[in-house]
Amino acid sequence: MSNDDMRALDPNEKLDVAGLLEGLEHYRPRRSGWHWREQVPDQHLYEFDYKETSKGLERSIPLPAAHYFDDIDPQPDCVVTTEIASGRVEDDIRRMRMAAWHGADHMMVIRTAGQSHIDGLIEGTPEGTGGIAVTRKQVRLTRKALDLIEDEVGRPINFHSYVSGVAGPEMAVMFAEEGVNGAHQDPQYNVLYRNINMYRSFVDAAVAKLVMGSVGMLQIDGAHNANATAVKAWKVMPELLVQHAINCAFSVSVGMAKENIALSTVPPDASPAPCMRMDLPYAVALRDLFGEYKMRAQQNTRYMESDGRDATVSQVMNMMISRLTSADIQSTITPDEGRNVPWHYNNVHAVNTARQSLVGMDGLRDMIKLDRESPELKARVREIKERAVLFLEAMVCDGGYFASVEDAYFVDSGEYPETNDDGIVRKSAGGVAVGTIVERAGDYMAPVCHHFGVNHLPEGSGRACDPIGGCTLCDHDKVPYTDELDPEDNVDVRLAATAELREKGLIKPEVQWAGDGVVVVTMFLPVGQRVAEAAALELGRSMNLTECEVIHRQVMHPAEGTLIELKGTLATAIDPKTLVIPEPPESLSDEEIREFVAERGLRCVAATVGMDEHSVGMYEILDIKHGGLEKWGFTCTHLGTSVPVEKLLDAAIEHGAQIVLLSTIITHGDMHRRNMEKLADLAREKGIRDRVLLIAGGTQVTDELARSWGMDAGFGRRTHGIDVASFIVKNMRERGM
Amino acid sequence: MAREDTFKEARAHLQELTDEQLEARFWSLAQQVVDPLVELARTNTSPSIERSVLMRMGVDSQTCMAVVAECEKRGLLGHGAGNIVLYCSQELECDAPIAAAGLAAGDGWDLVEAKWGGAL
Repeated sequence: MSNDDMRALDPNEKLDVAGLLEGLEHYRPRRSGWHWREQVPDQHLYEFDYKETSKGLERSIPLPAAHYFDDIDPQPDCVVTTEIASGRVEDDIRRMRMAAWHGADHMMVIRTAGQSHIDGLIEGTPEGTGGIAVTRKQVRLTRKALDLIEDEVGRPINFHSYVSGVAGPEMAVMFAEEGVNGAHQDPQYNVLYRNINMYRSFVDAAVAKLVMGSVGMLQIDGAHNANATAVKAWKVMPELLVQHAINCAFSVSVGMAKENIALSTVPPDASPAPCMRMDLPYAVALRDLFGEYKMRAQQNTRYMESDGRDATVSQVMNMMISRLTSADIQSTITPDEGRNVPWHYNNVHAVNTARQSLVGMDGLRDMIKLDRESPELKARVREIKERAVLFLEAMVCDGGYFASVEDAYFVDSGEYPETNDDGIVRKSAGGVAVGTIVERAGDYMAPVCHHFGVNHLPEGSGRACDPIGGCTLCDHDKVPYTDELDPEDNVDVRLAATAELREKGLIKPEVQWAGDGVVVVTMFLPVGQRVAEAAALELGRSMNLTECEVIHRQVMHPAEGTLIELKGTLATAIDPKTLVIPEPPESLSDEEIREFVAERGLRCVAATVGMDEHSVGMYEILDIKHGGLEKWGFTCTHLGTSVPVEKLLDAAIEHGAQIVLLSTIITHGDMHRRNMEKLADLAREKGIRDRVLLIAGGTQVTDELARSWGMDAGFGRRTHGIDVASFIVKNMRERGM
Repeated sequence: MAREDTFKEARAHLQELTDEQLEARFWSLAQQVVDPLVELARTNTSPSIERSVLMRMGVDSQTCMAVVAECEKRGLLGHGAGNIVLYCSQELECDAPIAAAGLAAGDGWDLVEAKWGGAL
């Protein structure tokens, strides 16, 4: 199957993973390089003007409140990242589709633990831990799926992974061949956090970077790791500037364009520190110094705990810094990263927090500007820069980069020039792959394009790859494809294990893998933490959950109680054929309703009953300007709020109304049930029950409940006038009224 | 060696610099730090780099592993694995991936040895 044969996705159908795997050996990436969103500087949507948004999506799921605003879905100006780490390519791509529908256009695939130490490429689709084994087949399948997904949502999607580790140059070539759009590449990451030999790391990095640059891949550095590793994150700011500068200057020197170089920057601190006042000067100093480079604003993970609410607040504060300064890419970390590898819906949550916050803060800089003359801001910005300069001066003085790493300069807990002599130490004669670099000989030659360094090509060559008649970067047909090497650990075997679910359409809950059966139960237990945890595990077992684990606990009060989130696995799968699903009510046409109403002169009387002052919902149902019942000619009498049920029924009799509308929002003490039952009883007592329609509405009302409490119908959230009008006509016809 | 925060004294030579001069100094120092790293990279190679060359020549990853490992063993990596594969492909009048597959299977090393030595 060639690219042209790829069938567009149907939003009502699941991604066909098996279909995508077919013909993968013939797939060709349709573009390379990074995609920035198309800016629309003064965008008018619904009744609003936006200053910092981009071209919209053709298909998406708007923010929850969008239905009040004509379902608009403004897309922020910056690229929005989601990090995906299910460890299985077939599940990663399903999650990418969900994230794309919520506005993510940068899919960052985390690598499996240990891949950075493998000296060479992995092939096939083995399952990863905490990320995926990045292989050609995995990359190709993902890019192919993303081609379809980007067509479905109507915006190009950037695919991203890692050109780090011992096999950096090979990763870079494979990514360039397969249309990967962005990658992490920073030799300092290898040295400091992966203990890969420092000479090897820089020699490899130069080659990898030039290959990445040749296809316009966006590079993101690894400096944020210093923040995540630091003992006291607020002390590491000068060093972060130095790490960014080393990777930027090195990248430019080996031939990468500045526009393709992004800094991975993160606000270092978190509340209860006064984090925004501490982190803003750093963000400003960074943008002053690195104005020619792109900013990938990452979210703080250093101080992330298992509390999703806490993580979300940090995320929002981090984005406020992005909005007050700048961000070309807004990265997101899922709110569950502090407790487990990210789950499907937490990727979506984090993306939505970004979309909601960035759009909510749209254009804020027009009104709120940083006061660059504020004594504290000005002094602190200058101080951070000076400390970074002192750091660099000392590095030069002490013999350069390698010597300073041997001397524990990096990730020290002191704010330079303060040191606590507790930085990371690496030896130039040590680390993974030590002793593997070799000096290029006088006849060194590599007959391929975009190869960094000394290269004695034959005289008179045009392209570097002319001696071999073209390299894979010039001719994609030369790219070799390797399929599975492990007959047990691959996508086909995993798909076979869940085939029954797909074939029979069985429904099983999942958080990261098809059919994993994992659910979370939230419970408040009125005891202290230790007892609560033990009790929660027992409760989980009594709910038939296996592999129970407390993934979050929060003390409400040492004696009064603890909030617990319990994870467990459920073996049950539901066959949808066994479900009784009420058909969604069908709306009648405007003409049909209008005619019916006019013939009978239909009148309705409405009120919010009991001691309840909510009125918005009823107006939505009645008012002509909200598309309410008045639109079709109903004569509506609205008695207002906090109306006694008796008064409502008396008014109905007085006005000769055929329809009684009761709104009841408050459910405390079962008020909604009592109001409905009382109305039904009164109508019977007064002998008019068969002559009127009793209809209840409210946020907690369901049709089933309302009927069981004596109403003819009940309407809950998201009800529109047309739903009620259609019901009235249909019900009166059925009853011959 | 642990050191107290000496920022106030250490910055004496920086305090008179304008912001622009300070930033220029920052970048000039960064360049001084990376220049020797760039030179190291320019004049050296590694097994991964050589495998990346063979990949660009159309050779699959497992063959790349085998050929480069043998080049390393024979002390030939400094000439370039791509150079060696190209030479064999020219001598044997075949495409580079076929020459590489031969080398991975142990065929053609006699040609290599005749040109570059490095016999085991």
